[in-house]
Amino acid sequence: MKKHQVMVEMKKITKSFSGNLANDKVDFIARCGEVHALLGENGAGKSTLMSALTGLYRPDSGEIRLRDKTIELKSPRDAIEHGIGMVHQHFKLVKPFTVTENIALGASTTPFLLNMDKVEAEIVSLAEKYGMKVDPRAKVWQLSVGEQQRVEIIKMLYRGAEILILDEPTAVLTPQEVDDLFETLGQMANAGCAVIFITHKFKEVMAGSDTITVLRNGQNVATVKTSETDQNKLAHLMVGREMTAKPLEKKGQPGEVVLKLDEVEAFNDKGMLALQSISTEIRAGEILGIAGVAGNGQRELAEIVTGLRETSAGKIIILGEDYTDRSPKEYISAGVAHVPEDRLGTGLVPNLNAVDNILLKNYRNHRGHFLDLKESRKLAEKMVEDFQIKLSSIDDPIKLMSGGNLQKMLLAREFHSEPKLIVTVYPVRGLDIGATRAVRQLLLEQREQGAAILLISEDLDELMELADKIAVMYEGEIMDILPPTYDNLETIGLLMAGSKCEEVGV
Amino acid sequence: MTSDQIIAILAAAIVAGTPLLYAALGEIITERAGVINLGVEGMMLVGAVSGFTVAVGTGNPWFGVMAAAAAGGAMASIHAFLTISLRANQVVSGLALTIFGTGLSGFLGKPMVGIVAPKTLAVINVPALSSIPWLGPILFRQDALVYLSYLIVPLLWCYFYRTRGGLNMRAIGENPAAADSVGINVFFLRYVYTVVGGAFAGVGGAYLSLAYAPTWLENMTAGRGWIAVALVIFAMWDPVKAMLGSYLFGGIDAMGFRLQAMGINVISPFFLKMLPYIFTVIVLIIATRKSLKKHIGAPGALGLPYDREER
Repeated sequence: MKKHQVMVEMKKITKSFSGNLANDKVDFIARCGEVHALLGENGAGKSTLMSALTGLYRPDSGEIRLRDKTIELKSPRDAIEHGIGMVHQHFKLVKPFTVTENIALGASTTPFLLNMDKVEAEIVSLAEKYGMKVDPRAKVWQLSVGEQQRVEIIKMLYRGAEILILDEPTAVLTPQEVDDLFETLGQMANAGCAVIFITHKFKEVMAGSDTITVLRNGQNVATVKTSETDQNKLAHLMVGREMTAKPLEKKGQPGEVVLKLDEVEAFNDKGMLALQSISTEIRAGEILGIAGVAGNGQRELAEIVTGLRETSAGKIIILGEDYTDRSPKEYISAGVAHVPEDRLGTGLVPNLNAVDNILLKNYRNHRGHFLDLKESRKLAEKMVEDFQIKLSSIDDPIKLMSGGNLQKMLLAREFHSEPKLIVTVYPVRGLDIGATRAVRQLLLEQREQGAAILLISEDLDELMELADKIAVMYEGEIMDILPPTYDNLETIGLLMAGSKCEEVGV
Repeated sequence: MTSDQIIAILAAAIVAGTPLLYAALGEIITERAGVINLGVEGMMLVGAVSGFTVAVGTGNPWFGVMAAAAAGGAMASIHAFLTISLRANQVVSGLALTIFGTGLSGFLGKPMVGIVAPKTLAVINVPALSSIPWLGPILFRQDALVYLSYLIVPLLWCYFYRTRGGLNMRAIGENPAAADSVGINVFFLRYVYTVVGGAFAGVGGAYLSLAYAPTWLENMTAGRGWIAVALVIFAMWDPVKAMLGSYLFGGIDAMGFRLQAMGINVISPFFLKMLPYIFTVIVLIIATRKSLKKHIGAPGALGLPYDREER
């Protein structure tokens, strides 16, 4: 098909979930030879719109036209038969299978007696055509996240996808991998495909797209050419008001050393070495940011400094005292607060109410065997007010609360004990702009009050904004510790991908 | 021991191992598709009693074998409905199936106790092959179900690793969401493999009542269904290894019996009868440690019900 010809047209798509309008008469056009970014905050309706295009949801009303013909999509299989392929945020790959097996799986061209050599050859030629590197014989569990994403893309191309949709494709990648991905997407567009990617990051939209559609509250607020817009205009469209982009302020001087790690090593759940000779320290009033692609030992690091995982070597020293391999309870008594990655699974108990969840941390301070529920309620009410937590009632199960409010409640509970050390893992994951800002502000307040903070993040911009130092982790090692300046961005990216300093040329 | 005695023990090992092999193969098929069915013991018993009843009624042991497969499959379809459609806990459902099967087979088998089947599966000497020294008398002077298992094992292996069907089957056991996303019907296939697995267990039971014993006794499987479940782990979900494992267990089973028959009374017969079960425990310890070390093991989604809506 010719460039700029309309490939897909979605007309007045409306979809509601139990009364909530997720898509409100959305028009959307994707053209051949174009990389189209779908931009919007969480809950703006991006995923719903694309789910209608991939046959996952059926719209309540509206029309989908493919190459000027109305089509009806009943299932993802229907969609792929029409050449519409989706790369999900969470990859749909069978980990113990090889790349080739994953790609052949379920394809209509796969014969009953498997002929893997033929599939392999096709994979290699597809990979070459679009400039992707992939080993067809590798098992998927051995691949990095970036490589797995390539497998997903090739899987769709192998099935003859001409319209490729990627859901938040950059969330798990290093900056260099993001560049490579955009390169590949560009080549696919050049070959005549229509590429659509969902995101909420302006920077990537500017770097990787030709056209941008902005969704807000389920409506299409604008479709613009990337060359004719800028980040400020996009931000305005996305949130519907000017961004009060005043940078957060950092005050105060670092004090005494709160946490000291000395050559610490630990194993992961699979019995493999996950942390290797980790040595670092954090002072009071200081934020140490940990950068790295997820799965390089960050979780294990957070677990050892909160007492949840045993070390196999080395020492953990908190305020001068050796805490190596002591129980989580002793860590809590020492003033260690933990804001875990999985706030609803590890941090809070979804089926309990706000009072009970807050009680979980300080029940030990109650006298005797009985709990003082009156006092607990008062404390919960106070926290709700102080942290501006929105909830229907403190007696309702907290799983009914939104992500941002859950996180605020977790922070309220953890910060209540005036912690000396705060360990926080991906604190703004899944939160919208407003909640993200509130959480970051709260972290900076704790820093000001003299807490030492270990901030594990996958968002380099967040680390630049909050951290006093950035340590880059790769395969369980701290590659280097750098100051948070944008000049270091490239170096950090390379370190995240495992290149040592000498190779980077620093 | 003379060489004849050794040959006799090894040949008996294959006979004793064959019911285990059928049951283990069935459970491998089921578990590869992500469903754990601990009802093997129950399915074998129901297979044994229905096989024997039909064989006595029709006078044809092959109708018995078919009835046993159907009965095992029917039992497994209960498990499939509970765990796949209703997403009940697979372990609980499987245990219930074993208890149900034990009771049901006892009830159905009451009139059959003490009856001698007019015709059972006969030993067929394979021409030429059966006269190979050592191997011939061990491997090729057996009954037809044994020969059938010689064929099924390599065919299953090819199906698992060399065909589209096998690839789909392994995919729904490892990651049903991934399989679903590429248009594989997870629910339908899990039903199919659970029922087929049950049919295999039924045939394993029928082998006991039509060839091994051959008679009906209440609770005649005597825990063989559980040994088969353990064998699946020992075999690391591989049909070829399951065959070796079955014969190994069959050998231990046969040895106890034969040593007694030969008048070697050094060890208490009760101890010999205990051997296969002790061996099961030991083998499980070794196999589990080995699979931990090599990072290979159970299908990723084993025992987990699949729910498309769940995130």
